Amino acid sequence: MDRLRRTLLKGAGASGALAVALAAGLRPSRVLAAEWNKAAFSATDLAGALKGIGASGAADSKDLVLKAPDIAENGAVVPVEAVSRIPGTTELAILVEKNPLPLAASFTFAGGAQPSVALRVKMGQTSNVKVVAKAGGKSYVASKEVKVTIGGCGG
Amino acid sequence: MADPMKIRARLDGDTADVRVLMSHPMETGQRKDSAGKLVPAHYIQTFTATVGGKVVVEGQLNTAVSRNPVFGFKVKGAKAGDKVVISWVDTKGDKRTDEAAVG
Repeated sequence: MDRLRRTLLKGAGASGALAVALAAGLRPSRVLAAEWNKAAFSATDLAGALKGIGASGAADSKDLVLKAPDIAENGAVVPVEAVSRIPGTTELAILVEKNPLPLAASFTFAGGAQPSVALRVKMGQTSNVKVVAKAGGKSYVASKEVKVTIGGCGG
Repeated sequence: MADPMKIRARLDGDTADVRVLMSHPMETGQRKDSAGKLVPAHYIQTFTATVGGKVVVEGQLNTAVSRNPVFGFKVKGAKAGDKVVISWVDTKGDKRTDEAAVG
């Protein structure tokens, strides 16, 4: 069932590749892992992460709302909520500027999903949290500083 | 095998408010255990959510997402009884699929 869904989801071209990969005995998870944007997620600085998701030179936008606490007592669990009111937003990405790997997560929206997401992230230290939205081929960014009293990355 | 996800999908007008909690350690690969050895990275990399058979959200995650990740989404045009199916795959190739109904 899972394979069927992935196949349907990826359209004709990718499903051909998937079928080949499955025939070759690769586990579906390997196929999925290849989709994971490795370049962006492995980037160790903000510029690299933004470049990886194709959002270098994103414009500031007031229609992009980022909710995060001013002070996070526990950096291991920082609640972040992002809502885009930019028409046609299809993707949101959450970045923590001073984390060892700044890109925390990215989301693609379709089928009636509103471009909004709530999640919890880890923060190693006080840093800007950024949300990047993509709409109509353009990128937008909003930012908020969160002060962290106990870091959540080293343990 | 990971524990089941907790999925809640509440209908508010024509919009479903979907919340999901995934049970996962989300190891960053930077933490040390009590013996001082690095705990290898182990985290959910991708997940897909469908409502009523339509893909609504696809997510890619990094180590910076907190342990036992919680996500909230809003899906317009959902109806009571629509099936919400969420599945994830982690760095070890483990996966999990769970479902709930919009209500």
